[in-house]
Amino acid sequence: MEIEEVYSRQKIDEAEGRQINELMARSQGIIPDPDEWLDEELKRNVMVTSVDAVLDWARRTSLWPVVCFPACCAFEFITTEASRFDLSRFGMEIVRASPRQGDLMITAGTLTWKMAPQVKRIYEQMAEPKWVIAMGACAISGGIFRSSYSVVPGYNHIIPVDVYVPGCPPRPEALIHGIQMLHKKIGKKSLIEETK
Amino acid sequence: MTTALSGSKIARQIARKFPGAVIESGADSLLLKAGSLLAVAGYLNTAPGLDFDYLNYVTATDYYDYFEVVYQLTSLKHNHGLVLKVRCYDRENPALPSVVAIWQGADFQEREIFDLLGIGFEGHPNLRRIVLWEGFEGHPLRKDFL
Repeated sequence: MEIEEVYSRQKIDEAEGRQINELMARSQGIIPDPDEWLDEELKRNVMVTSVDAVLDWARRTSLWPVVCFPACCAFEFITTEASRFDLSRFGMEIVRASPRQGDLMITAGTLTWKMAPQVKRIYEQMAEPKWVIAMGACAISGGIFRSSYSVVPGYNHIIPVDVYVPGCPPRPEALIHGIQMLHKKIGKKSLIEETK
Repeated sequence: MTTALSGSKIARQIARKFPGAVIESGADSLLLKAGSLLAVAGYLNTAPGLDFDYLNYVTATDYYDYFEVVYQLTSLKHNHGLVLKVRCYDRENPALPSVVAIWQGADFQEREIFDLLGIGFEGHPNLRRIVLWEGFEGHPLRKDFL
């Protein structure tokens, strides 16, 4: 036995049709752009800045990390990336698997001498300008594995490091602090110095 | 759960077939003469009622006076296990027969033992370093490695 409908299909269809017709009748004109005043404001303004400031601003606000996570610090990096700490606030949520598309290497993990040539190669494949953050005790100095026969005692034996983030592993806040320090460092870079 | 077979019980069975092959046998393991390892391993692999068709792992330890190589075997058919041990007294040129021909899973693990302890496995199809790089001095898991 069929249950009696409160609103019949016919009535629902009719209501929908009325709604569409009303919206159509109301929407014949174009809604004015609420930001129209902005154009006028901008027209009357001149911004004065240096090439360095613009360039450094562009560079530091869109860093693209490259995949280089040989060990457990990677998990803290993943947490930093994820919604709770939200690395996209700094314009760098995309981690590239290709070093050609990245300009920041976050070295999250212990590096063995067997792996070292590959890391050096990844670094060399990155396009200039490029930066390196040594994340965690192992990346800084080899950590507890420092005296081992197989561990590189710090990434700075292999590649130049810009910022050191201590911890085992560093908390996401620490990594973010390191990234902000790198931002400041990039902000001080001069194009003239670079081209010399 | 896999039943651990008594070493001494199997020792009697092996001793009948290969006299002098078993040096020592305990509740959970068998110590074999290095020379008869291959013959005994082949027998354990195929003998009806034993059928050790699966090698869980090969590993080795440095006891200063000798190296001890340990083989953990399991029979998937009968769900029982056994531990074999072999000692190697030569420190300069330690060598043992390879069991890769019997259990293929020994391949990488024998290479690892060769790499870290320097024990050569005769008859291994591809005995090269696996964890460390070619040209590394010494064998780090030896007690005298510094």
